[in-house]
Amino acid sequence: MLLTLTTTHRPATDLGYLLVKHPDRVHQFDMPTGTAYVMFPEATEQRCTAALLLDVDPRKLRARADAFELSQYVNDRPYAASSLLAGAISKVFRSAQRGTSKDRPELTEQAIPLEIRVPVLRGTSELVTRLFAPLGWAVTATPIPLEPEIGGDSRYVDLLLTGTVRLADAINHLYVLLPVLDDGKHYWVAPDEIEKLLRSGAGWLAGHPEKVLIARRYLAHRKSLATTALELLDADQPVTEEEAELPVARKAPLAGQRRDAVLAALAEVGATRVLDLGCGPGALLGALLKESRFTEIVGADVSARALEQAERRLRLDRMPQRQRDRIKLIQTALTYHDARLGGYDAAVLMEVIEHVDLPRLPALEAGVFGRARPGAVIVTTPNVEYNVHYEGLTGMRHSDHRFEWTRAEFATWADRVADRYGYTVSIRGVGDEDATTGAPTQLALFTKTETTTEVTA
Amino acid sequence: MIDVPELSLVALVGISGSGKSTFARTHFKPTQVLSSDFFRGLIADDENDQAASAEAFDALHYVAGKRLAAGRLTVVDATNLQSHGRAELIKLARSHDVLPVAIVLDVPESVAWERTQARPDRTFGRQVLTRMHRDLRRSLGQLTREGFRKVHVLRGLEEIEGAEIRYEKLFNDRRDEHGPFDIVGDVHGCRAELETLLGRLGWELVRDDAGRPVDAVHPEGRKAVFVGDLVDRGPDSPGVLRLVMGMVAAGHAICVPGNHEQKLARKLNGRNVQLTHGLPETLEQLAAEPDEFVTEVRAFIEGLVSHYVLDDGKLVVAHAGLKEAYQGRTSGRVRSFALYGESTGETDEYGLPVRYPWAQEYRGSAAVVYGHVPTPRTEWINNTICLDTGCVFGGALTALRWPEREVVDTPAEKEHYAPIRPLFTTTSEPDRGLDIADVTGRKHLDYGYGRATVPAENAAAALEVMGRFAVDPETLIWLPPTMAPCSSSTVDGYLEHPSSAFADLQAAGIDRVVCEEKHMGSRAVVRVSASGEGDAIWTRTGRPFFGPEMDQPLLARVRAAIEPILAELETEWLLLDAELLPWSAKAGSLIREHYAGVGAAGRAALPAALDVLDRVAGRGLDVAALRDRLELRSSEVEGYSAAYRAYVKPTDGLTGVTLAPFAVLAGAGTTFAKKDHGWHLAIADRLVAADPELFTPTRRMIVDLSDPAAEAEAIDWWLTLTGAGGEGMVVKPYAGLAAVDGKGRLVQPGVKCRGREYLRIIYGPEYTRPEHLDRLRQRNLGRKRSMALREHGMGLAALDRLAEGAPSWRVHELVFAILAAESEPVDPRL
Repeated sequence: MLLTLTTTHRPATDLGYLLVKHPDRVHQFDMPTGTAYVMFPEATEQRCTAALLLDVDPRKLRARADAFELSQYVNDRPYAASSLLAGAISKVFRSAQRGTSKDRPELTEQAIPLEIRVPVLRGTSELVTRLFAPLGWAVTATPIPLEPEIGGDSRYVDLLLTGTVRLADAINHLYVLLPVLDDGKHYWVAPDEIEKLLRSGAGWLAGHPEKVLIARRYLAHRKSLATTALELLDADQPVTEEEAELPVARKAPLAGQRRDAVLAALAEVGATRVLDLGCGPGALLGALLKESRFTEIVGADVSARALEQAERRLRLDRMPQRQRDRIKLIQTALTYHDARLGGYDAAVLMEVIEHVDLPRLPALEAGVFGRARPGAVIVTTPNVEYNVHYEGLTGMRHSDHRFEWTRAEFATWADRVADRYGYTVSIRGVGDEDATTGAPTQLALFTKTETTTEVTA
Repeated sequence: MIDVPELSLVALVGISGSGKSTFARTHFKPTQVLSSDFFRGLIADDENDQAASAEAFDALHYVAGKRLAAGRLTVVDATNLQSHGRAELIKLARSHDVLPVAIVLDVPESVAWERTQARPDRTFGRQVLTRMHRDLRRSLGQLTREGFRKVHVLRGLEEIEGAEIRYEKLFNDRRDEHGPFDIVGDVHGCRAELETLLGRLGWELVRDDAGRPVDAVHPEGRKAVFVGDLVDRGPDSPGVLRLVMGMVAAGHAICVPGNHEQKLARKLNGRNVQLTHGLPETLEQLAAEPDEFVTEVRAFIEGLVSHYVLDDGKLVVAHAGLKEAYQGRTSGRVRSFALYGESTGETDEYGLPVRYPWAQEYRGSAAVVYGHVPTPRTEWINNTICLDTGCVFGGALTALRWPEREVVDTPAEKEHYAPIRPLFTTTSEPDRGLDIADVTGRKHLDYGYGRATVPAENAAAALEVMGRFAVDPETLIWLPPTMAPCSSSTVDGYLEHPSSAFADLQAAGIDRVVCEEKHMGSRAVVRVSASGEGDAIWTRTGRPFFGPEMDQPLLARVRAAIEPILAELETEWLLLDAELLPWSAKAGSLIREHYAGVGAAGRAALPAALDVLDRVAGRGLDVAALRDRLELRSSEVEGYSAAYRAYVKPTDGLTGVTLAPFAVLAGAGTTFAKKDHGWHLAIADRLVAADPELFTPTRRMIVDLSDPAAEAEAIDWWLTLTGAGGEGMVVKPYAGLAAVDGKGRLVQPGVKCRGREYLRIIYGPEYTRPEHLDRLRQRNLGRKRSMALREHGMGLAALDRLAEGAPSWRVHELVFAILAAESEPVDPRL
């Protein structure tokens, strides 16, 4: 991976003094992930370019764990600018980054004309511009195409920055923003990263309009670290929820409204022993535990990981025994018969059905309404008509949604299920009701009418 | 001589020093004997610590329960002089449906005292022994009343020393009878239909002087088994009884009682029973018979055993079926289950009891054949089958041939009796499908070709995939096993090379192989039938392929091409193993985001770096070595890009999508695992001929491994194939999927041998450099190989079970285990 830094400051060769690198030599540095070279493809009075080339050794990268196993071996790390390059920058240009120079101390304080090129960088032109333009750079980010046979652009741009900027600032911009754009830190992010971020961001990050995104990504999406960093960064401005990355400005209260609506429905049917089917990390379980009327709470999910998260979030390991006895977490899949699900007052399917392939939905219906047969079933699901209110939303509200229904579609489904399995159903909206599109979430409350035997699909 | 049922709970009863432990040691295996002293020792480090007794007996009962549940004779060596202690044992025996037996050792108190004094650890006084003796005297009269089914009292030293244990089989244990059997469903007085059915089954009737059938003989020596409910409702219950009683008496048939016989016997014994459900008709018919006949009937019914375990335990017959825990057991509730089944306690809209769907939960290995509940047609549910097809209500009289599992029936001559509830309007038992307990938790599987353990955490991960992404688990009858690459090659510049693949197979004892072109696409398993019902196409991990909008039209085209083959193979459906092409059709986003992305980044970064180096060199600096390295890298990235580019082809919906089938795995009631690959590929070729646009042929070469020239030719072929951008080839034993080695063990169904250029997208653009190759050649294939073989075996076993008509959970547990193996930590690049 490569980075070039060019100045037309006179004499341009002063760049060598600022970087503490003689333009007529090839400088070589051992890095944990390969070898870094600094060299000067041009060095004249008028124009001087320093190139930092990091020759990554894929074998040295192998030790790191990665979500996509194949990428251990075939990956873009040797080519794209990333935290590896940022690491090289801080090692190779240490004094320049700090703004010190033995030979040209006055020049460190001076904004000089600079051209910076990063030939391969992850990111879109739009995001790159959003990050660099507020810092006084003229940004040219040219998308790198895939290839004709495949068509379209890759996720990389060829970045050219021009501006008149203090060299130390320029280096700090790159040091922070290259990893932010790459968004794939190559090491475990520890709390001391906050310090590095604050040090390198001194003087420009606090006022940057994208500081939330920058802090989040720089700190590898560790929310607690990012929050701390942002608080330290600017005590005057309150920390706002990150919305920059979401196409949908989700109304935060909706989740709460949905939970309240479910609790109200449970109260309505007088349920005390309840199943939360598809409980996930336990958003509803916490609310159920708070109400003593629920004497037996079962959180069920198909994902073992979600159940572990729920266990941690609810702090089941340190819950008093009497409380602990009220709740049980089980892994189940609604496509199987599960005797443990029988005999409850009510079952909640909160934002669950839309995660099931439509052809598999009847199996879920048979499992819940036909076999488990709780006294009441509460189902919530998005109302797709409301999606027009989410600016910038293309497609569905979540990438794992297999479908989203209109109110009419949901009502048809609910009526059919109720009819087949001996339940009655009433439907209501949850969230801010809009006159034409209805509420963002729809809720169906099914109540069992037949009390005899199992019914089959 | 002491008769002890093979499966029973034996309580030794006797005072301290009566010689119980010695007796137990003499007559039983040490592991069969649970001694209270021993358990006191376990709990309290002191066998004589009476304070530990309660806990010690708790533990003893727990262990005894585990043994009885497993069907093992258990002897309790304790004084057992108190009725409350014995009551616990009776309860334990009943809860496991085994017979409680008492063996009393009655020795003179003086002898016991002598022995007690000789033992240093027994410190109690004579009065304790006297009290025990008094308790024993009192106990003797109570044992039978308390519930011990057999009580043996050995009086005096001589009797004790001379005692011998003789094991007796339970009445229901007929495991040594192997038939073959003709098992007949509920007859309900339909004598004419029974005669017809027996005739159809090849039986010859024996008639008395009045022309009435009194016996039947099968020329092949088959044995009839009647599942009960011979009587009531129908026109000639006495006639049916006469025939069946004759057959049983002659040893030509065995019979279990039905609830109707049970009720009839109670009536004949003068008990007050409701005259309903067809009993009045029977009584009326019997009234015309002589008294002796009625007496015989009563004796016959009273002699019937409620269920039988037959044919080495592979077959169980009971009137209303029998759950696994009750098979070969004896207790009131076992009898009651066998006669009436289990009811949920609820009644339906006709006032009839709602039956508990035990068959849905049945997981036993024995086939259970029963009657009792009229069903429209017989159907195997989890290895159980109900033969009551409602003959008396105008249905049919049905028999099952065992071990052939063939169903034979004869229609009712008319509706002899009107049913209370409309016949067959409600299905008897709702289908519960697969049970979560079949797949979750740690599982040990013995699949015939081997054994495997599925760790609980792998099962948990697989459950998520199965629950969230897979096609209907009942549809998912097979998943492709992973495949091991050939041993690493020492040929210069190659990591994988055909010579290693040939050597691998030769080492496994295979002398003839087929080299099949390895298509670079997405693995696809296709289940296709004439009717289209239940058809599906799924991926390596059981997911639907593209979604119904595309999968269904694709399946329709496969169906059209395969129809003549279905007819020829006389199967309703076929299961094909295939590769769907091009790779980009399914993996488009993976290619774009990952493979092509890396290529684009490399092709942009390296020229930019080379340009910098050229300019640096132009200034007179020496960067030649670095430049050479980057130059090489650049050409490697070009090679890498060319490799994946070869598998990208434009598709639009299904246009451009093709299937390359290479194996026909199974059809209805059969597997083709034993067919050689010539047969499989011939069918693939016929599909290509039928629809060349849809199907891609698989190029192949058959190689005799003893012929070096043939090997050399195959190597050239492989070089040409991979030189033109092909992924490589799979070398398979020609004999087919179920190929075995000299010792009859399953061998790898194939090893893959991937092309030199193709491997760049697996191991990285620069993997061909000597330093990388040397390292990669050290890759460990052992784990991958054992996993491949295990998954292959489980897949074959799933197909075998399917062909045998095994219950769906038996197939599913194996398919699920294959999916769970995905979580094994094995290098994904292998």
